[in-house]
Amino acid sequence: MSVLVYVEQAEGKFKKSVFEAVSYAKAIADQQSTGLTAISIGDVAESELKELGKYGASKVLNVSAEQLKTFVNQAYASVIAAAAEKEGADIIVLSNSFSGKGLAPRIAVKLQAGLADGAVELPSTDGKFAIKKTAYSGKAFAITELTSANKVIALNPNAFGVKENATDIAIENFAADVKQSDLGTVIKDIVRASDKVSLPDAELVVSAGRGLKGPENWGMIEELAGLLGAATACSKPVSDADWRPHSEHVGQTGIAISPNLYIAIGISGAIQHLAGVSSSKVIVVINKDPEAPFFKVADYGIVGDAFEVVPKLIEALKAHKG
Amino acid sequence: MKILVCISNVPDTTTKITFTNDNTEFNTAGVQYIVNPYDEIALSKAIELTEGGKGTVTVINVGEAANDPTIRKALAIGADDAVRVNAAPRDAYFVAKQIASYAADKDFNVILTGRESIDFNGNQVAAMVGEFLDIPSVSIIKKLDYDGSTATIEREIEGGKEVLTVTGKFVASCAEGVAEPKIPNMRGIMSARTKPLTVVEAVAIDAVTKVTKYETPAPRGAVKLIAADQAESLIGLLHSEAKVI
Repeated sequence: MSVLVYVEQAEGKFKKSVFEAVSYAKAIADQQSTGLTAISIGDVAESELKELGKYGASKVLNVSAEQLKTFVNQAYASVIAAAAEKEGADIIVLSNSFSGKGLAPRIAVKLQAGLADGAVELPSTDGKFAIKKTAYSGKAFAITELTSANKVIALNPNAFGVKENATDIAIENFAADVKQSDLGTVIKDIVRASDKVSLPDAELVVSAGRGLKGPENWGMIEELAGLLGAATACSKPVSDADWRPHSEHVGQTGIAISPNLYIAIGISGAIQHLAGVSSSKVIVVINKDPEAPFFKVADYGIVGDAFEVVPKLIEALKAHKG
Repeated sequence: MKILVCISNVPDTTTKITFTNDNTEFNTAGVQYIVNPYDEIALSKAIELTEGGKGTVTVINVGEAANDPTIRKALAIGADDAVRVNAAPRDAYFVAKQIASYAADKDFNVILTGRESIDFNGNQVAAMVGEFLDIPSVSIIKKLDYDGSTATIEREIEGGKEVLTVTGKFVASCAEGVAEPKIPNMRGIMSARTKPLTVVEAVAIDAVTKVTKYETPAPRGAVKLIAADQAESLIGLLHSEAKVI
């Protein structure tokens, strides 16, 4: 019995959400008085693999097979399940990223395991192995018991935090068999907007709605976000009107996020929007309508015109940064 | 081409979520149910791909008879026929196994789902069905072109997108952008009443998860209002009081 954490790489690097998943998996391993092994698939330098030791992994299985250099969920699931068997791992942890969401269910079926996705806390230690996860699009949490012998947990970004736990780490090459039938999807192109902060991982988010009146007015939103190092987001009417891409839409039918800071500008706060952002740690609402429902769930509010308030914030931020 | 679309019966998006029985059960009193909005996107795409006699669309739901109005709604939108696996959905694993068991000998070219259901937000069923059937699956797709044998798909990744192809049978979970949701017209609503809705019995399988309790998010404290003409003071508060910047 041990814990295995899958560490997703992007262009040979691990993101913060991966170190968070390792920190979380280490805490579970401690709960269970067992060890933590990581598995990395793709081209990752030894120095980067060693970083995983900082967060408590004592071993990393390194899979560098040529056919697995880019993500194929079917084949990756086979490799991770094989690694779990080799390590005698009955708890598999990974980040609930876009790729993780396509991977975790396949691992769960292979291992006949219950899957808690969108996990936000450690499992209970009352013998039930119950995990708090998001449900009803942020309007609630479901405490979900994994009743199977094997268990898979997909951790939400920003839910647990990165916790250092320096450990000596051994790197072990893991030669996994790759079945041709597992390689049904073929990647043709990967497009990454490298100059922007990715929304699901973002610690700070600046979001705007119909109050901005038109797509031409997003310059100040991007400037504010740029100064903060924040990602930009928007409400549903804005993406429906194609003022902003769908990938920026947060809310019940968009993506749910839980950043440290969410600044909502010109968004009234319909229940569907609140569902996607209510687990943000600090919420700031800027709206000229004092009756906007968003103020009821805000920590800080400014009743005022976005076109006057946002430039002031930009100036103040420039001064603050010196 | 034959396309299977998996639909969930979920509370309307405006529902205020509350629980009963010591927070162990969802309070269904007064709740309106709808086709899961993402599943509607998947269904609309399936209809688009098969329009003009190019194929048929079957919808499948795992649930009890109370779900039939939601299934009829999917038929009104334009599915050709429907299947209900007669069992209360116990968890994603259970539901995926039912769908895979039904689809195993039916020769569907493509199986589509929504990216997640808006109740349990799992995004589990599509990839689980793929694994049960041992065929490829692609989760959270933004675009789908399909000519009957090869699909070109755009999938969302953090900060960008991945373009991939898949040949042969596959499963995909659809997000916004794949298709404009279709709205049923009067002819669709009329014809939905007579389209076939077949009820099949569930296969035996144990659930692997169990919700033991629900919680609602902790209420926030009162909002601290800042006068618009002192908006700049927000930055100081976020730095020194909230400590988030």
